[in-house]
Amino acid sequence: MKFFTATVLTALLSFVAGIYVPFWWFFAVVSFLVAVLVHQKGAKAFFSGFLGLFILWGVLAFWIDVKNEGILSSKIAGLLPLGGSSFLLIIVTGIAGGLVAGFAATSGSYLRTSKLKSS
Amino acid sequence: MILINFIELPVFYYFPGIFKTTMRIAPFLVSAIITGVLIFVLDKKWGSIPPMGKFLSPQFGVWQNAEPADQDFNAEIKLDGLKGKAEVFIDHRLVPHVFAGDDGDACFVQGWLHAKFRLWQMEFQTHAAAGRVSEIIGERAINYDRAKRRLGMLYAAENLLKEVEANPLTKSAVDNYTAGVNAYISTLKESQLPIEYKLLAYKPEPWTNLKTALFIKQMTETLAGSVDDLPLSNARSFFSDEELKVLFPQIPDSLSPIVPGGTVFPTPSIVPVKPATADSVYLEKKDTVHYADLYRPNADNGSNNWAVAGRKTHSGAPILCNDPHLELSLPSIWYEMQMSTPTMNAYGVSFPGIPGIVIGFNDSIAFGFTNSQRDVRDYYEIRFKDDSKKQYWFDSAWKDSRIKIDTIKVRGKAPIYDTIAYTVFGPVMYDKSFPADTNSLKEKNLAVRWAAHDASNELLMWYYLDRAKNYEDYYHAIQHFTCPAQNMIFASAKGDIAIWQQGRLPALWERQGIYIMPGFDSSYMWQGFIPRDENPHAINPERGFVSSANQRPADSAYPYFIPGTYDLYRGYTINKKLSEMQGVTVEDMMNLQRENFNAPASMLRPLLIKYIEESRLGEDEKKMLELVTNWNLINDFNEKGATVYQTWFDSLEAFIWNDEFANVPGILPSERTLVEALLRDSAFKYVDNISTPQKETIADAVTVALQRAVPELVKMEKENKLEWGKFKNTTIYHLMRNAVMPFARTGLPIGGGKHIVNATQHSHGPSWRMIVHMTDKIEAYAVYPGGQSGNPGSRYYDSFVDHWAAGKYYNLWFMHNGDKADAGVKWKMTFE
Repeated sequence: MKFFTATVLTALLSFVAGIYVPFWWFFAVVSFLVAVLVHQKGAKAFFSGFLGLFILWGVLAFWIDVKNEGILSSKIAGLLPLGGSSFLLIIVTGIAGGLVAGFAATSGSYLRTSKLKSS
Repeated sequence: MILINFIELPVFYYFPGIFKTTMRIAPFLVSAIITGVLIFVLDKKWGSIPPMGKFLSPQFGVWQNAEPADQDFNAEIKLDGLKGKAEVFIDHRLVPHVFAGDDGDACFVQGWLHAKFRLWQMEFQTHAAAGRVSEIIGERAINYDRAKRRLGMLYAAENLLKEVEANPLTKSAVDNYTAGVNAYISTLKESQLPIEYKLLAYKPEPWTNLKTALFIKQMTETLAGSVDDLPLSNARSFFSDEELKVLFPQIPDSLSPIVPGGTVFPTPSIVPVKPATADSVYLEKKDTVHYADLYRPNADNGSNNWAVAGRKTHSGAPILCNDPHLELSLPSIWYEMQMSTPTMNAYGVSFPGIPGIVIGFNDSIAFGFTNSQRDVRDYYEIRFKDDSKKQYWFDSAWKDSRIKIDTIKVRGKAPIYDTIAYTVFGPVMYDKSFPADTNSLKEKNLAVRWAAHDASNELLMWYYLDRAKNYEDYYHAIQHFTCPAQNMIFASAKGDIAIWQQGRLPALWERQGIYIMPGFDSSYMWQGFIPRDENPHAINPERGFVSSANQRPADSAYPYFIPGTYDLYRGYTINKKLSEMQGVTVEDMMNLQRENFNAPASMLRPLLIKYIEESRLGEDEKKMLELVTNWNLINDFNEKGATVYQTWFDSLEAFIWNDEFANVPGILPSERTLVEALLRDSAFKYVDNISTPQKETIADAVTVALQRAVPELVKMEKENKLEWGKFKNTTIYHLMRNAVMPFARTGLPIGGGKHIVNATQHSHGPSWRMIVHMTDKIEAYAVYPGGQSGNPGSRYYDSFVDHWAAGKYYNLWFMHNGDKADAGVKWKMTFE
């Protein structure tokens, strides 16, 4: 349950942050905070953060791509070494967001843990 | 995660408490550091790789540029800066029809629309014009930028701007235009920036009137920047002036001039005087210095236009046609639109970067342009007193130069400073610090005298032309356009057709400006300008049509010396076809714009076939010869014979010239010169290869040339690429060229080529094809190889390309007030 909560919260709040906060990386702060508040152990926290953003970015990219009829994604996937595959571009997008969020969440988890240990 | 830090070990030994703390917070630190590093790496530009985190973010990066296929362009825009209300009706091709109650407001809205759909291109092209590319892409653009500064692009633009702002009509146009562009830019959030800004990781800056002037000067350079002065000055060391007259003749045999032959020209008002020293210090000066013209514009930047009078058309109304030939690009240099105000109602193509309709028509007239190719750029050798460049020798004394220090900002590095001396001729473009000859140790200081530096107000022409109602209005409008000289074609619904080669053109003595001239006194300066009424022109001529295709404007009867790099064969073909036509229709005009007939091939092939020695040919070679022999002389996409002919010709050209021109890089006699020379005299002396002891004949040249060409041709055939269209591989590149090949359109199914009316080469060709039928209700047909949106993520990015390649046209919707409720209006923008 915690895993589900943390993941969904990370995704939703990151999405909201992306609308109101003009820094692309702010979702890392969000992931960090969620991991502190909905505490899980290191590895689980990482996967919550990772999955939250992988899904958020992946779904957003996919949704945009469908409405755009794949015009841009195949071109960008041609610029990057992805062989023009829109699918791969969406995956890479998800992984990029996921990795940053995952490590941010891990930091949050360990901050809480280290504070717990000290008391 | 536990890190043992060896430097900290002794600390831990003496302070065990710290060890415990570190062990406790280490996992946090490590993961936090990893997070920080990741963000840092993904937020920074690394070489040519953009900040990948921002780039891939669906809410901030390129995904935001993936425009929905059903994008809604309706908008209600409320702004300061407009006098009244303006409405923009957008049709299904995303062409905006602007209806404004005020001229200024129309320019404002035009600025807004140009910015909305083409911002990056506008800014990048004007940065290039100003020599500011290094600011964006770094030090590899420094030489390019220096060349632009030293040519005096900014100087020219500032002079233009002074005139533009001194005239209330054009001042209002540019002020409003600039305000419109900036009003749009101010609405842009970072996530909405065009893709190219995200790729190159920079942001747009505000638009200024100066940028509009820079854009005009950039077009000027594109059309009036290609001269042979430098390489010909090289050639002068190896050939006499008499020989060079034959190798680079002024008047070709097959010339079909713009002004019909037989026209009687008035006595010239100016007769320039050749300096007494010219024969020794100029015409026969031997100077073994290898001059190289850096970043020379494409000499093929030309076009076709023609207008047929009512008595030759089926309808009785004139038809005007224009197809400007430029480097094809995405986004296109052109943006299609209509502008309607109480003083004008004009439709055509505009340049994102300047206000007005540039090529098009209104309810009364139609107008178009081809490049005149007239030489308005000369070089003068300068002698400086010393390396400070503060003084130069002129008219027997040391004269002060004007020193300008240009700052070139370089991304990621310190700015560089370039010191440029301005003389009475113009800026000293090439000197010790920026040599024209990178091989020689000799210092040569060359000042450039370029007509584009002179004050003028080109925008005023378009202001008047967009509103012109008849020939008189057109005649009065075009006088304001001085550089680059253009062949301005005209047709009116009233029935007049006309063409003027309009520009402020120097009156030159015979051979003046062909080579670099001595700049040590005033005797070699331009002695005056040809009065505009003495420029070549034709008004309602006997033959019932006017036309131009960059050929020499007049035959030898024209009293002025008019050097330039003229074309020949398109004009020849167009005039021949138009002469033969009667009862001309729009369809005939489309066929002529699409004409793939290869005139020089038709003239030269008989000679090639006559002199080829078949006994010397192997089997592959005989097969290739057969392809050429059986070819129909038309450069259609599928013709293999066209490829074989062209490759054979190129090989023949190399055989004939490479020996004599081995020491003269950067120039060869033109293709037409070779064709005509061989047709005139097959024992042409240059046929002989001077690097061999024996004397080659035309049969040797023709045969060996084919033999040399065949291996490559055989290879192409094996790869299934021998067809002309596949060989040519017509491609429309994005402005960032090879860096973004997925943004280009390659392998387009279109024929044509150089010297052919359908002048479509590899990446150069008809950038706009327009046909205007001056009936009571004007009919117009046009197409350009691009799309109205500059966004590679939009379906409107390249929506016209296939139509253009297929030789098709769109029926242009010339809206009037009563059409506002028409079903053709797909979206509407209101501005107030």
